[in-house]
Amino acid sequence: MSLAHLMACHDCDLLQRIPSVPEGAAALCRRCGTGLIRNKPKSFQRPLALLFAGAILFVMFNAFPFLTVKKEGLQHKTHVVTGIRQLADQSMEALAALVAINLLIVTGLHLLASLYVLVPVSLNRKVPGMFRVFRYLRLLQPWHMVEIFMLGVLVSMVKLAKMAQIIPGVAVYSLTAFIFVMAAASAAIDPHEVWERWEAPR
Amino acid sequence: MKKPILTALRAGLIACSVCHLLCHAGPPEATSRALKCPRCGATLHSRKPDSIARTWALVIAACIFYIPANVLPMTTVTSLGMVQSDTIMSGVIYFVQSGSWPIALIIFIASVFVPLLKLGILGYLLVSVQLRSHYRPKDRTRLYLITEAVGRWSMLDIFVVTILVALVNLGALATIQAGPAALHFAAVVVITMVAAMSFDPRLIWDAKEKRHE
Repeated sequence: MSLAHLMACHDCDLLQRIPSVPEGAAALCRRCGTGLIRNKPKSFQRPLALLFAGAILFVMFNAFPFLTVKKEGLQHKTHVVTGIRQLADQSMEALAALVAINLLIVTGLHLLASLYVLVPVSLNRKVPGMFRVFRYLRLLQPWHMVEIFMLGVLVSMVKLAKMAQIIPGVAVYSLTAFIFVMAAASAAIDPHEVWERWEAPR
Repeated sequence: MKKPILTALRAGLIACSVCHLLCHAGPPEATSRALKCPRCGATLHSRKPDSIARTWALVIAACIFYIPANVLPMTTVTSLGMVQSDTIMSGVIYFVQSGSWPIALIIFIASVFVPLLKLGILGYLLVSVQLRSHYRPKDRTRLYLITEAVGRWSMLDIFVVTILVALVNLGALATIQAGPAALHFAAVVVITMVAAMSFDPRLIWDAKEKRHE
């Protein structure tokens, strides 16, 4: 029996035959309606361009000033990492580590791993452990929280608006652009395209 | 539905949870050692191991952490010698009173409503699976997927605390300290995220198949 055209639904385990899906369409599970596969345009050019842009913006929002507070002649400049460092100084190391992981470490790893897999795939080459790395990439996905941090920036600005003057720096704009670029990149990647490069050992 | 339902489990197959490759489960005596997906290397499970027990344990742990997260102070503001502590709810009330109710609503949804809803839905799904309920499996699967997707937004309050701590550091004029509730609340968010990941929605459908046998 060939398993090539069969697929089991991730959410209800129903075994079903997958018809050929036209480009831009998706196949849904017959029983529970969850998406099984989505046929995205077959190109790695767009996601790669977006990922390189993302890498530049990642460096930018870490390097440039983030928010500046002005109050009664006092000026206090901060960077994205300032809050993490401040939490660690207040002996909240666990919290500082969690924020650092969700905001910077997972984000950075995600970028590196995506490039590690997609650059060779787009050149039709294979690199050692690429399927393993792609698996870690899928597992990291929910811990990637830059867009939630951005909402946090907006809430904090409103909260402090009456107390002091807050000036957004270059990092705020780079962070905003980064969120859109990364969302567009992950929407453009068809994970199925990468998995299909694997050939079963005979 | 007259046609017998064929799941991967019945066909002796396991779908990889990460890359969805269908693999042969092998003879039952060999299942004691862990099978690995030949493509991506993930450990293969027909159903997530001890899903119900693990999810219950995590849901109960999150409920316990939820109490100090709401009672203890989230932030402590020291301004010109005055000290004021805020809990999650008093932060929401502050925004309502100062007129920015959209922000109050966002914080209330992310910090109070979503965690409670998540714990409630996971509890309901666990009970319904344990009672082998046949009630609207499609909607219960959808409910699970929503719970899994929405949980991470509860981290909002933790990020707000991180930013406030960084910004309001003006020496004697004003400083903000993160309170113990922040740590407990972060634990609630992480534990409920792991709880949602350890629940297996395929258990919802298994009860339905038992009836057809």
